[in-house]
Amino acid sequence: MKVNGVERPAPSDTRRLLSDHLRHDLGLTGTHVGCEHGVCGCCTVLLDGAPVRSCLMLAVQAEGHEITTIEGLARDGAALHPVQQAFHECHGLQCGFCTPGFVMSVVGLLAQHPKPTEQEIEEGIAGNLCRCTGYASIRRAVNRAVELGAPAARRATS
Amino acid sequence: MTTRWFGASVQRVEDDRLLRGKGRFTDDIGDGALECCFVRSPHAHARITSIDVSAAREVPGVVAVYTAVDLPFGGVDLPLLIPHPNLTHGRTQRCLASDVVRYAGEAVAFVIAESRYVAEDAAELVEVDYEPLPVVITPEAAERAEQLVHDDVPGNVAAEMLQEVGDVDAALAKAPHRKKLRLRYERGAACSLEGRAVWARWSEDEHKLTVYDSTQSPTSIRGGLAVLFGLAESNVEVIAPDVGGGFGSKIMLFYPDEVLVPYAAMQLDRPVKWTEDRQEHFTAVNQERAQVHEVEVGFDDEGHLLALSDDFIHDAGAYTPYGIIVPIITAAQVPGPYRVPSYRVRFRDMYTNATATSPYRGAGRPHACFVMERTLDAIAADLKVDRLEVRRRNVIQPDAFPYDLGVVWQDGNIVVYDSGNYPELLDRAVTLLGPKPAGDNVGTGLAVYVEGTGVGPYEGAHVQVLLSGKVVAATGIPSQGQAHKTVWAQVVADELGVNVEDVEVTSGDTRRFPWGVGTFASRGAVTAGNAMYVAARMVADKARHVAADHLEANPDDLELADGRVRVKGSPDRGLSLGAVAVLSNPVRYAFGGGTEAATQFAAKPRPGPPLREGEQPGLEATGYYSPPGSTWASGCHAAYVRVDPKTFRLEILRYVVVHDCGRVINPLVLQGQIEGGVAQGIGGAFYERLAYDDDGQLRNASFMEFLMPYATEIPPIEIDHIETPSPLNPLGVKGAGEAGVIPVGAVLASAIEDATGIPITEMPMSPLKLFELSRGTNPG
Repeated sequence: MKVNGVERPAPSDTRRLLSDHLRHDLGLTGTHVGCEHGVCGCCTVLLDGAPVRSCLMLAVQAEGHEITTIEGLARDGAALHPVQQAFHECHGLQCGFCTPGFVMSVVGLLAQHPKPTEQEIEEGIAGNLCRCTGYASIRRAVNRAVELGAPAARRATS
Repeated sequence: MTTRWFGASVQRVEDDRLLRGKGRFTDDIGDGALECCFVRSPHAHARITSIDVSAAREVPGVVAVYTAVDLPFGGVDLPLLIPHPNLTHGRTQRCLASDVVRYAGEAVAFVIAESRYVAEDAAELVEVDYEPLPVVITPEAAERAEQLVHDDVPGNVAAEMLQEVGDVDAALAKAPHRKKLRLRYERGAACSLEGRAVWARWSEDEHKLTVYDSTQSPTSIRGGLAVLFGLAESNVEVIAPDVGGGFGSKIMLFYPDEVLVPYAAMQLDRPVKWTEDRQEHFTAVNQERAQVHEVEVGFDDEGHLLALSDDFIHDAGAYTPYGIIVPIITAAQVPGPYRVPSYRVRFRDMYTNATATSPYRGAGRPHACFVMERTLDAIAADLKVDRLEVRRRNVIQPDAFPYDLGVVWQDGNIVVYDSGNYPELLDRAVTLLGPKPAGDNVGTGLAVYVEGTGVGPYEGAHVQVLLSGKVVAATGIPSQGQAHKTVWAQVVADELGVNVEDVEVTSGDTRRFPWGVGTFASRGAVTAGNAMYVAARMVADKARHVAADHLEANPDDLELADGRVRVKGSPDRGLSLGAVAVLSNPVRYAFGGGTEAATQFAAKPRPGPPLREGEQPGLEATGYYSPPGSTWASGCHAAYVRVDPKTFRLEILRYVVVHDCGRVINPLVLQGQIEGGVAQGIGGAFYERLAYDDDGQLRNASFMEFLMPYATEIPPIEIDHIETPSPLNPLGVKGAGEAGVIPVGAVLASAIEDATGIPITEMPMSPLKLFELSRGTNPG
């Protein structure tokens, strides 16, 4: 599988979750685990550009696919991805635990709907739980990301 | 002109790392550590007849399996954190139960293995035989006391407390109107998205224990581990790294893992990590909120309160590790912003066979607010007076401060409201709410609340100007998302005349600051914020004195601005803060960084030794702030809702908040606290219910069935502020962390009742609950 543009071997343990593989085998700890049953969305990553729950997938199932994690959106030292920048400007995060999942969901949303309606925004973020913000600032962040001209389909991995 | 940072919507300095996936939450740290899994009781009440761990120990990759008999402290009760004379029957659990389990989820065995996967495999092989015992699950059942949670606690009563201000019986007897209400609140759960986690390493060479803990109080964890393991405090380091939300559940200590993980690391001489899973978060992390109140109120023809009697039972759960703080808070907060001439409150803290309770965001206040506001709505209905008008007639007036309530507060003092303007809150909320939307089944809800914030005993801060001119600051209390690094940088930057980006704050790391208490009770800004102010002022004062010698000026004629110490009126005459930091430390050896300026032949000679008596090297100071009493924040929430008459779906059409937390350090951060609090309140009022069955099993211990709101459930929230500065602290601030959540249950109860005509006397509501209530009130 390709993770953030780099070819990586699959784990030898076939029951290893993709989330555990990313976090503990590849050291990509930005992908968080909040429930391990696919509800909270903290572990959201992009699989071939579309948001998926990495806690509901075995790592071996990602063989032959391209994974983008939060670490893949902006290189170290480079400017933040517009979605990340928008979350910063709009105070779209507090503790920051759910944030990588939200950011990946929004990147996926904007890839599909570059100019989303309020309804599309609501649906786009309605698969992620946040216990801190009450979502208002996250909605503002999505709108701000649109303003910033999020290159929604940009693959940091390319 | 130097910018003033206090009051500005400074964007957070925390964000960049977190947004790039470079956060350091406890489970992100220390790969290669041994990993653990608990064996927990499936029964809510049972006697353990045998435990067999032999099969688990034989699983390849298992390093150790502990039961109580394997632990030198296996027979020691975990600390009772806040003893109280009225807590006559306080009980705490042990790290691992060996005799009786008293809630489903209580830890029985602890498996340590090379990986979490192996630990979980092995945990399944631990054989525990139980003899089930009768279960007490509701506070009402506990009160009936047909069964006991603890054999040696008669009536299941852990504590009883009675307070009376005035003569309530006499006032009730004379009151033109009297009314009785029975009001009930159920349990809720904090459910931070990061569960709890602990990582520990023992260094035999240095005889040092290092612990990363997703806690709200690393300083207390450090103290407790030092005592338990017989180590010097200085040989124990506890760090709360990035903490993914806490909301009170992580102020509880010691959870068993907070002892077992460090113990295992010391025994096995290897790093050990435990990360909670979501299901055990639901059963093993403290909860809160269940209370049943019996209220009697006396009032006159205009709806003025004359007397209030409240007799309530509080659901302690199986143990009382946090003492009786929550019911004490409720007892103190029932009167809220209203004048109650005679007030009597009694509570009994009841044991049940459920997870222990301790503060969860709001901590005793949402229920208190619910009780008072439901009572006022009932008075309004009885007298056919507008609900807003009843509140206007009873709120404490702005000239009444300081206002002595006469009942005891959680810090042991008597409650005295320091400042506020409650009529203004009401007026602004009504204006902001605007006209009622047209249509059927629309209801209005309103509630006013106060919140005792900024409780002591104290916090401290260390502030230091580095040779580079950059500033570092540290305090003992950790952040769980409250933007401590940003807001304290604002406070320090103002006092030192530097840019906020030049101040780097560390919080919750005992290596940097070992003193203090913790992040809870909306106290960070008041306690640590003012400590930052005190320490920064000390540094500024020192900078003026050090620079004065070199500028040949009077310290009083110097100011700190634009990163310099300079003569007022002659800004060119001055030194950079970094240069002053150099000069504050006389050196023999120039080691770079400009230190040649402070060597013996370079520095300007001055009489006496290089460090005068009482002088300390370095441009740094440690300051403390200890509040004389709590500061009392306040607010008013109002809402319009529509409830579908068939499906009982709730639609919040408009929700407004007027909030007063004294002077505001950062409006952006404050807005986030309020919006998040209201959302959590909406969840707790209508969606989240901990569904315990009669056997004490939590039937919805997952996010599939415990319905935390998504964005789809949370409406936009309009916010307005007033500022009545606290006279108690130099910054004039009050706490804001919990405010958003407190009145939401009361507001929605009022609005749903108004919309449906169904009397709402309990929380949480749900479509199903409303359906059942509607059938009860409209049979057939």
